[in-house]
Order: sequence, then C-alpha cells, then structure tokens
Amino acid sequence: MTAALDLQGVACTFVSRHDPGQRYTAVQDVSLTVGAGEFVSVVGPTGCGKSTLLNVGAGLLEPSTGSVRVFGQPLVGINRRAGYMFQAESLMPWRTALGNVLAGLEFQGVPQAQSRARADDWLRRVGLGGFGDRYPHQMSGGMRKRVSLAQTLVLDPDIILMDEPFSALDIQTRQLMENELLTLWAAKKKAVLFITHDLDEAIAMSDRVVVLSAGPGSHPIGEFVIDIPRPRDVAEVKITKRFIELHQAIWSVLRDEVLKGYQQQLKVP
Amino acid sequence: MWKFIKPRNQTLWFWQLSLLALLFAFWHVMTVPGLIPPMLFADERQAAFFFGEPLKIFVRVWAWFVRDADIYRHLGVTLTETLLAFAIGSIMGLAGGLWLALAPLASALLEPYIKAFNAMPRIILAPIFAVWFGLGMGSKVALGVTLVFFIVFFNVYQGVKEVSPVVLANARMLGASQRQLLRQVYLPSATSWVFSSLHTSVGLAFVGAVVGEYLGSSQGVGYLILQAEGSFDINTVMAGILVLTAFALVLDEGVGQIEKRLMKWQPRSGETEKL
Repeated sequence: MTAALDLQGVACTFVSRHDPGQRYTAVQDVSLTVGAGEFVSVVGPTGCGKSTLLNVGAGLLEPSTGSVRVFGQPLVGINRRAGYMFQAESLMPWRTALGNVLAGLEFQGVPQAQSRARADDWLRRVGLGGFGDRYPHQMSGGMRKRVSLAQTLVLDPDIILMDEPFSALDIQTRQLMENELLTLWAAKKKAVLFITHDLDEAIAMSDRVVVLSAGPGSHPIGEFVIDIPRPRDVAEVKITKRFIELHQAIWSVLRDEVLKGYQQQLKVP
Repeated sequence: MWKFIKPRNQTLWFWQLSLLALLFAFWHVMTVPGLIPPMLFADERQAAFFFGEPLKIFVRVWAWFVRDADIYRHLGVTLTETLLAFAIGSIMGLAGGLWLALAPLASALLEPYIKAFNAMPRIILAPIFAVWFGLGMGSKVALGVTLVFFIVFFNVYQGVKEVSPVVLANARMLGASQRQLLRQVYLPSATSWVFSSLHTSVGLAFVGAVVGEYLGSSQGVGYLILQAEGSFDINTVMAGILVLTAFALVLDEGVGQIEKRLMKWQPRSGETEKL
C-alpha cells in the first residue's frame, strides 16, 4: 500500500534575507512516512523544526533537497489532499464561526445548501451548534480551536496535519478535544501527522511516535510503535503499565535532546 | 448640590451645550459695540469688525437657511464635491494600495514617486487643476481626490502587508485561489485599515472642496466665504465657517455609523454591560 505522506531525505535550509551569508538548516536528512489511516506523532525539543516539517508536508514550504510524495504522487504546490490545523490563530476574524467553517467549501465551489448543512453538522460535532453567528473575538480560545478543527475537518481531507493544535488549551478542554479527535479519526481512519511537544499526548493518541533530535539540522533519532489497544481514553490510558513503559523508553531518548536544545538556545547571544 | 449637577454620562450633552452657549455669550459681550468699554481696541467698533457679532451671524445663517433659503444650492455643490472626491479617492486608493502591496516589483519601482507625491504640498495643485478642469466642480473634486487618495492608499498598503501570515496560509490550505485570496482575505483585512482612515479622509475631501472653491469658483460655500471676505463682511465669513463646521460634524457622524455597521467583527474593548 502506498503511504499517504512520504518524506524522503528532506532538508530545509533558510537563508537570511538581509545577510545571505547567514544560513540556518532547520531539518536535515528527514525520512518520514505516514501510512493511510495511520496516526503518527512527532515529538522533539523546542525549536527543532517540527513545524517546518509540517509546512513541507502541506506544500507551503518547498524543501531544499529531498522528495515529498502524497499517495505516491510527487507534491507540487499546495497539498490538496491535506487539511492543516495551525498552532497559531488562523481563523478569519471578519467571518463568523459558521462563515469560517464554510470558507473551505466556498473556495471549492460546493453548492450553498449542501455546504451549509455540512458546516452546521460539523459545528455541532465540535460542540458549537449554537455559536455559529459568533465572531472569533467573541469566543474563548478553546472555542476558536474547535472552530479551527471543524474548519479543517469539514473538507474531509485524506491527510490531517496538526501543529500542536491543543497546546493553548486548558487541560480539561484539551482531554475532551483529544478524545473527540480520536473518535473522529477512528470513524474515518484518516492519515494524521500530529506535532506536539507533549509526550503524554503523543503516546496517548498515536500509532507511532517519532522523536526528532535538537536543531539545527534535526532528524529522526527514534521511532516507537505504540501498541496500546484502541479505543483509548486519553486520561485513562496514562495510568496503564504499557503507557508508562513506553513513556520511559521514549523519554530516555528525548531527554538528552531536550537538554541539548536548551543549551543551544542559551548559547545564542 | 455639586453631586447632582456634576457632569456625568447622562448629563454630559447638557454641559457640552452650556459650554457652547457660554462661548457665544462671551463672544457677544466682547464684540457688540457699546456694551462694555473697549479694552484692546482704540475704537468700540473694531472688535466687531475683526471678530464679527454672534447675533448678526445667526441672522445670516437664518437668512441662508430659512428666510432667503439660498444656501442649499451652494451647500449641495460643496457636499457633492466632497462625496465625489471621497468616493473616487477611496476607490483609487484601495485599488492602488492592493495592487502595489501584491506586486513587489511595481512597488519597488514606484516607491520614490509615491513618496514624492505624498511629500508635495498638494494644495498647490489647485491652480493647475483649475486650468485643467475649469472653475466648475471638476477641479475641486480633483483636488480632494489627491488629498484622499494617499491617506487611503497608505492604509490599504499597510493593511495588506500586515495580513496575518497564518490566516493567509490557512486560507491557501483551505483551497483559496489567488482571486479568492484577494477577495476573501486581503480585501477584508485592508478594509479595517481603510475604515480607520475614513474619518481623516472625509475631512480631507471636505478641505479639498472648500479650498478649491475658495481659490476660484462661482458656487459653493467656499465661494460664499470668498465673496464676503472681498467686502470685509466678517459676519458672513464667520457664518460660512460655522455652517462648514456643522456639516463636517454631520459627515463624520455618518462615517461613524457606517463603520459601526460594517466593522462589527472587530473587537471593541469593554463590551460588558453593567447591571
């Protein structure tokens, strides 16, 4: 079976616009595959180029070297089969919650009656049925994240890219949304590439966890298959024996990198 | 006692009006000949000559609006010029700002010229416009347009440059084409900047119209003021200024209303209600 998303030997080097001599290689020699229907998490120390990888997968950023394939086809331009949930605020502030969920369907020219029904349905699924006419500034951070989730998933993408989607949420809302996402994923079996700095979250949600080294030039240094049976509850799974074993195994790899990453950030004048 | 009459939100308008009345009363007392002995001037008629007399000014305004009802034609001309200058200048500024912000090459090429045009005291173009477009409304509208254009242009340019890159990337991921990006992301984002400049640009359109009329015309409120000034009729000049001020306030209020309606997606501070 062809992988949903396949990154081979990807490197991204950024050149400073003001000083072409200054280069920064965020990621180097990254090979990463996400199978169809697979939930893969990427963890790594802060500033290791996790988001860069996601942007490459989304087609927003062209890698300096290496190839990106989407269901076997080389990726050119924007990845049309992927939905991207950003870490930062990404809603259009001049559109209501409903308008934001509708945006993608509008862009793709879905007939209005049909798109309206789908958007309403998704707003209900993320628990915002009665909030369709609110503007982003009238909603809490958690509600905005849920609108973002509905906005991404209403398009029914084959690949879902998520960049620390829940990191801004409080712990209760976060667990609710993680469980919600798992339920949705289990029903539709999409390929998910999930970026997080939270190891607990990564283990609780994924089929596979990839550990990145500290930047610059970060690359995968470990891969762990999470063989905890599904369906899982993100809160309950954290106290199982297998979870703790996996956590220790991954943390032993991650810890050195986290320290290395921290040292590097201290060195910057 | 002070506690009851102290200005607060409900009674503020009353105090504002009182202040205005007080100002006019002071003006009246200081200028009407023979009311009090002259302090600054040698002659008791001189204060009235330099500053006008409020009562005569009101009689003038009354005559304009009610007794002779002959100001409406002039006001209509001035307002038409203002609105035309405002509309044309805004649309040109919006189009120009969007274009240059999205075309880096054109923007780099034209930058010094735009800077030069903006730095130039554009009021000085009025005589040239009078030659080009005649003494009718055309030259006044042109002057207003040059004033409004740059305000809107720079705001739109800034607005497009400052579109959140995440919102932009998100729209692209949702499948927006270049056209859709322009209509659904750049334009709404730029409008918020346009509206923040709207109060200034309406004011400037008004300035363009009146200054244009003042420099040479056969109708409009600026023309009335020019005529009165020619015969040292300070009361009519003052009346003209009062009428212009009142209509500038009305225009500003109108813009405020439109802004309120169109920009309801923007957060306003303190939206809670005290119970």
